[in-house]
Amino acid sequence: MGEVVVFRKRRGVELVMLLLGMVVAVGGYALVNLNISGELPSGWYWGVGCYVLIGLVAHAVIRWRIPYADPLLFPLVYLLNGIGLVMINRLDLGSRPVMHSAELQLLWTAISVAVFVLVLFLLRDHHVLQRFPYLTFLAGMLILMMPLLPLIGFENHGARIWIKIGPYSFQPAELAKIVLTVAFASYLVEKREVLALAGARFLGIDLPRPRDLGPIIVMWLASLAVLIYQKDLGTSLLFFGLFVMMLYVATERPSWPILGTALFAAGAFAGWLFYGHVQVRVAAWLDPFANWDQNYQIIQGQFGMAWGGLFGTGLGLGRPNLTPLAKNDFIAAAIGEELGVAGLMAIIVLYGVIVMRGLRTALTSNDPFSKLLAAGLSFVFALQVFAIIGGVTRLLPLTGLTTPFISQGGSSLVANYAMIALLMVVTHRVRRPTPPAAEPQQSLAHDTTQVISTPPSRPADPQPVPVGAAAATTPVRTPVSADEPTAAIATPSGADAPTMAVPTPSGPDEPTTAIPTPSSADEPTTAIPTGGVPDSPDDTRPGGRLP
Amino acid sequence: MNGPIRRVAVVAMLMTLALLVNVSVSYLARQDSLNANSQNRRVTDAAFAQDRGAIMVGNTAVAETVASKDQFKFQRRYPQSELYAPVTGYFSYLFGSSELEQSYGAQLSGNDSSQFVNRLIDLATGAKPKGANIQTTLDARAQRAASNALGKLKGAVVALNPKTGAILAMVSSPTFDPNDLATHNMSDSQKAWAALTKSSAKPMSNRATREIFPPGSTFKVIVSAAALDAGYEPDSELDASSYKLPGTNTVIASNCGSRQTLARALALSCNAAFARLGVKLGADALRNQAEKFGFGTKPLSDIGSVASRFPDQIDVPQTGLASIGGFDVAASPLQMAMVAAAVRNDGVVMQPYLVESVRSADLQVLSQTRPSQLSLATSASDAAKLRQMMVGVVEGGTGWRAKVPGVTVGGKTGTANSDNKRTPYAWFISWAEDPDVAVCVFVQDAEMEATDVAGGRVAAPIAKAVIEALR
Repeated sequence: MGEVVVFRKRRGVELVMLLLGMVVAVGGYALVNLNISGELPSGWYWGVGCYVLIGLVAHAVIRWRIPYADPLLFPLVYLLNGIGLVMINRLDLGSRPVMHSAELQLLWTAISVAVFVLVLFLLRDHHVLQRFPYLTFLAGMLILMMPLLPLIGFENHGARIWIKIGPYSFQPAELAKIVLTVAFASYLVEKREVLALAGARFLGIDLPRPRDLGPIIVMWLASLAVLIYQKDLGTSLLFFGLFVMMLYVATERPSWPILGTALFAAGAFAGWLFYGHVQVRVAAWLDPFANWDQNYQIIQGQFGMAWGGLFGTGLGLGRPNLTPLAKNDFIAAAIGEELGVAGLMAIIVLYGVIVMRGLRTALTSNDPFSKLLAAGLSFVFALQVFAIIGGVTRLLPLTGLTTPFISQGGSSLVANYAMIALLMVVTHRVRRPTPPAAEPQQSLAHDTTQVISTPPSRPADPQPVPVGAAAATTPVRTPVSADEPTAAIATPSGADAPTMAVPTPSGPDEPTTAIPTPSSADEPTTAIPTGGVPDSPDDTRPGGRLP
Repeated sequence: MNGPIRRVAVVAMLMTLALLVNVSVSYLARQDSLNANSQNRRVTDAAFAQDRGAIMVGNTAVAETVASKDQFKFQRRYPQSELYAPVTGYFSYLFGSSELEQSYGAQLSGNDSSQFVNRLIDLATGAKPKGANIQTTLDARAQRAASNALGKLKGAVVALNPKTGAILAMVSSPTFDPNDLATHNMSDSQKAWAALTKSSAKPMSNRATREIFPPGSTFKVIVSAAALDAGYEPDSELDASSYKLPGTNTVIASNCGSRQTLARALALSCNAAFARLGVKLGADALRNQAEKFGFGTKPLSDIGSVASRFPDQIDVPQTGLASIGGFDVAASPLQMAMVAAAVRNDGVVMQPYLVESVRSADLQVLSQTRPSQLSLATSASDAAKLRQMMVGVVEGGTGWRAKVPGVTVGGKTGTANSDNKRTPYAWFISWAEDPDVAVCVFVQDAEMEATDVAGGRVAAPIAKAVIEALR
């Protein structure tokens, strides 16, 4: 018993948020130019027009192809992209002679959005990606290791994480993170039961069986290879962290992350002991002033952020060009300088919201592959932001990763847009209404189908849920207020809310209940009360139960 | 799978939180030290990009800021660059600043605590902040006359108002053009810096206050003051015959007969007589007298100055040499101008100063210098006797070239040629009654025979030119 909640499309919200983000970005562009030269550049409307048009086209395609996709993801991403364009334009104007990389970045934005649109057209259902886990994995590893190849791989600023074909350089890790996330997700969906089998117990932790340790060892060695041969701690952290996290989600065994963290720490420590470039990075992190010339960039980045202070110098009024590579690695420092601690924090929170929207999708999706894919993509994104912004602000040793959507560079932008497209396809599949009676609904009764988990011991309710039959009944009202009142079953008033809160036929125990949302922030897709035990063991219910 | 995803979400939240906390902590814990780092170009550049106030001589700016179209918005300019360089100093992007540009840097840039209210008003009204103007005590006539009279000679001229201590002229030669260092063309600036620092003539050294030299016979004024204090009179007879320094074979030859009065010995600059007198008075009395005139203290706080010295460790023959301005005695031209000024000012040494007032951009006075007494060098009656003796030097002695018709001028020549290798230092210290001024002229390379009385020949006419310029 319970009811089916169907999400609204919320494309209007997306459009409003998108326009809001555009106002911020275009305003930033105007401020930069007014502060630097006192006037808008001739032909400013071309740049602004292109930016606005590209965004609106993408929005139109989302409306058409994936109308149920998460309404916040694209506006957030496009705002970050706009802020990146503004900062790159600002750094162009601050360089002598004036550069024109913002125009190029705008072109890359167009290309990236084209790729985004292409993904939406080609990928109706992300489950097709699940078919060839081993091939995908192999492809991902090949892409990841490409910078180690002679001829095309090359080292830049101490990290060998680039390949160069003709005049174009490319960071394969950006693409590899998507491919490997897909590969891990499809592999783990197959193998998760086996991997979850307990092996020996050590220090109170259930270790996996030795024979199951194979994949984690392979991945551990791969990330050590990245650390040692590509000389980049961030990339290494990114992939190993991703893999361990996905193992954990798939198997639900805490021994994996504990083991993984220990392995990574040991590997990183050994790398620090034996490899000079790791020591250089660590020394630059702990005490950059000990070697002025070697740590010039990080010192200048620090100076910049200190100069900006709490609220920044204002766009166009700081000196971010003093920091080498301010458009790439150190764009966070440039933002910290001109928008201050407050502005940098706002950017970090924007990233955080993207990650949270992705993880929400993972929570609400109803099949393991979608869950793993959405969680993996979100987490790898979070790790990347953590590694690069943490590196720039001296929380971690500096890495050569890009700041997603903000820093200059085509490959990073294209890859991240493709990733968001993939995530949005997942959200669309998750949020769209289930075709009525397409399949028996009892499969949804498993704990993987819900935001709220159900006690594992509960016997499966074989009763199919006749969705269509219940459509005419009145929505159930609960006093819980969710952040999206229309989406949650907790809608206080059903009059204007088009929520389809569909009570299923009553069971014997609770005649008219709705399952309250586990926390007010969560957004249940299909809340199906699961019989007699409303209190699930690991999900708290803050008081949404009907009297 | 939802449990692990929730925990992953918590980890992602913790990572975000760690970034936020780290940014805040960096701001709170590191900002001040980073902004105080001397290698932080953002901070030094900001000082360079401010609308600095002007340094004024009379109603003329000798250092001013004009709008500039390059990256810095403002360009520092020195209209009479070489003439006032020893006072203004330079303000350079690469090489910092010196003299008034340095010591009054906070006021000029508008960052001084006295300008706090002005900054608030500027912030509230949106006015572009502008630094304060520095009004110097310099007199353009005296400065130009001193510079012209000194010409190409290496040396320094300092003119003081004896009643207040206000510095009317401060010339150091050779000088430099601060515009060359203030230019925004960095390679030009670097070239100029290299040339100036490598030059053996040391053009950036302010000889008037920052260097000390053996004062030669001008020190005899101080010995005379000590003698008067010890009970001598201007007509006391002194033994002026050759003087073999006790315990040595060094003989100070007589250059003015065998007996002279104290006044006449000063007028003729009798070395033997003063060496003997100095030994008789003793090193302590001489040092005490010198310190009363300001030796041992840094006399000028407005720009850098060094203390003149009378050595602490000194024996009897050395005292004899010190009495005629030799041995280890060394004084700055400013110090010797203060000696002349004190004689003119009834024995009262006034604190010398260069900055009359600091005015904000809207001409409100932020600070005003009040003349203050530094020390009492002699009694008023001894000062009157010394004045008579110094008038004697000009009227009928070695300083006759400083005579200005219709003006009472007192002076004392000096030639420091203790070292036979270099050309002698020529000194002349003097005061005049109307105009009321004390002048010290120091010429480092008086191109003439070591035996000649260089002070009278080379330095005295320069002092005369300064006094005449002020009439």
